[in-house]
Amino acid sequence: MIKKPALITFITAGDPNITATLDFMISLSKYADVIELGIPFSDPMADGRTIQLANERALKNGTKVGDVFKTVKKFKDQSETSVVLMTYYNPVYRRGVENFVKEAKEAGVDGLIVVDLPVEEAGEYLNICRRYKMETIFLAAPNTSKDRLRLIDEASSAFVYLVSLYGTTGARERVSESAFDLIRRAKEVCNKPLAVGFGVSKPEHVSELINAGADGVVVGSALVKIIEKYGEGATEKLEEKVKELKMGVDGL
Amino acid sequence: MRFGEFGGRFVPEVLISPLEELERAYSKFKDDEEFKERLDYYLKNYAGRPTPLYYAENLTKKLGGARIYLKREDLLHGGAHKINNTIGQALLAKYMGKTRLIAETGAGQHGVATAIAGALFNMEVDVYMGSEDVERQKVNVFRMQLLGANVIPVKIGSKTLKDAINEALRDWVSSFEYTHYLIGSVVGPHPYPTIVRDFQSVIGKEVKRQILEIEGVLPDAIVACVGGGSNAIGIFHPFIKDPVRLIGVEAAGKGLSTGKHSASLSAGKRGVLHGMLSYFLQDEDGQIVTTHSIAAGLDYSGVGPEHAWLKESGRAEYVAVDDKQALRAFIELSKTEGILPALESSHALAHAMELAKEMSRDEIIVVNLSGRGDKDLGIVMEVLR
Repeated sequence: MIKKPALITFITAGDPNITATLDFMISLSKYADVIELGIPFSDPMADGRTIQLANERALKNGTKVGDVFKTVKKFKDQSETSVVLMTYYNPVYRRGVENFVKEAKEAGVDGLIVVDLPVEEAGEYLNICRRYKMETIFLAAPNTSKDRLRLIDEASSAFVYLVSLYGTTGARERVSESAFDLIRRAKEVCNKPLAVGFGVSKPEHVSELINAGADGVVVGSALVKIIEKYGEGATEKLEEKVKELKMGVDGL
Repeated sequence: MRFGEFGGRFVPEVLISPLEELERAYSKFKDDEEFKERLDYYLKNYAGRPTPLYYAENLTKKLGGARIYLKREDLLHGGAHKINNTIGQALLAKYMGKTRLIAETGAGQHGVATAIAGALFNMEVDVYMGSEDVERQKVNVFRMQLLGANVIPVKIGSKTLKDAINEALRDWVSSFEYTHYLIGSVVGPHPYPTIVRDFQSVIGKEVKRQILEIEGVLPDAIVACVGGGSNAIGIFHPFIKDPVRLIGVEAAGKGLSTGKHSASLSAGKRGVLHGMLSYFLQDEDGQIVTTHSIAAGLDYSGVGPEHAWLKESGRAEYVAVDDKQALRAFIELSKTEGILPALESSHALAHAMELAKEMSRDEIIVVNLSGRGDKDLGIVMEVLR
């Protein structure tokens, strides 16, 4: 899924509405290697203020899980860019893990990130994803031990998502020191590509992380902020921002 | 780490390590003689344990059925059973070298109990509280502030208890090195439901000793209200292997059919939130819905995983009592026994009063009177007017 080095861009599906999401995906795909699409959830406990508000906007206008699948399908009809869904576990569990994975696969989703599903709880989920050839991405944090990094690497088929800091999602001024330490440790034990996210918002962050050995970077809140500000009209601004970030990936 | 299939540890990766640290510390200190002695000391001399098991003679006679006993947790310092848990966890946090406590609170009772424990053990306390609840519970907010705690309003989502839990978890993600997250009920990721249950089990242990002293036999039924479910688990747990009916009473709010309630066991579906697999009130997409109860302490969209298991296994029964029934029980106990029960506990009482009428005079019901009703006077006054 990841062509190194990769730019992964996150937005919340249904923010400000599901039609706009499709437009946004198309403009992001001009520069992004992977589009990570968040399924809005009522209780996004790993997210900072920016994405919490995006979830709230999306739910307020009635975005359903089924709408997210439909949107991915429409996008995939016109683009080759990989799409990864980011979700909390309850929407998956409620639908039935197998139903969820099956519907996602049929829509053309390439991979899944389930934020609050650590490897220990993921047995059934992993079996189902393997059966449906759905790529899996697990998260590792700065305090993840080497033994766990190994388990996370094994459970992840597409890439390992390295959480750069002790905190929630959200743009920060600079890249946390813990990110570089985590990249170093993960490189020693992981075989899968490593993508770094949380707090990454500027082209300088992107190039810093790539230079430190990351195979990809995830930018989310910085894009969601643009959507928060410009609403449906954010398409052009988003495109400018992704282009700028892509320059960070390719070397400033 | 499971109760049947319920419970577990469904959290973002970054919380795995602090939860493991907590689990290690708890298994180390829970049987530590010095820790146990200190905990007993504070429970006895500071919180006011043991609490009486009181035979409600007037109420019993009026109803003409089973003998009703009240476990008087309302007499504890702080006015509710919450302090059993906050003293236990704060002491554990102290042993772990943490200097700060964070907590979520709905009505403010757990926040107050945490603020009390923080003051007692000289720890910094930040309490997350939905901004709607901050408005509704001004007195408790002031109480927490007087006790030295900082109350942080949560202005996102439904602005109530579940959002306060989310926000406390977000805080903990970046502060766990020096902060203990003091969860207020038998909810959350493993090991919290076990830790809180153990600290609250003192209720049931005392009841067992007391009822055997007074009556010479075990009770026929134990009734307790269930929001998250800590007072219920606390009184149920020591009786799990005994031939005693265990009955949890949820809040039916304005009626189960109205959707305005918080009866997650009676009307919810299985789901995963706040780190646990349990029952939740949610829509078909798994979005957690808002709840209602006249008793703010029962106003939670989920329930502890051990309750989910006790229901599933058939060991405990769960019923729901609505706002009006709870209010009637509140008034009844005030008049007949001179005790103002918390609106939460009034739910248990309402069901026990119905049950007593169907039972014979030589049978015994124990009701967990988990808190006192002074905090609810504003609400009751408003409704009665």
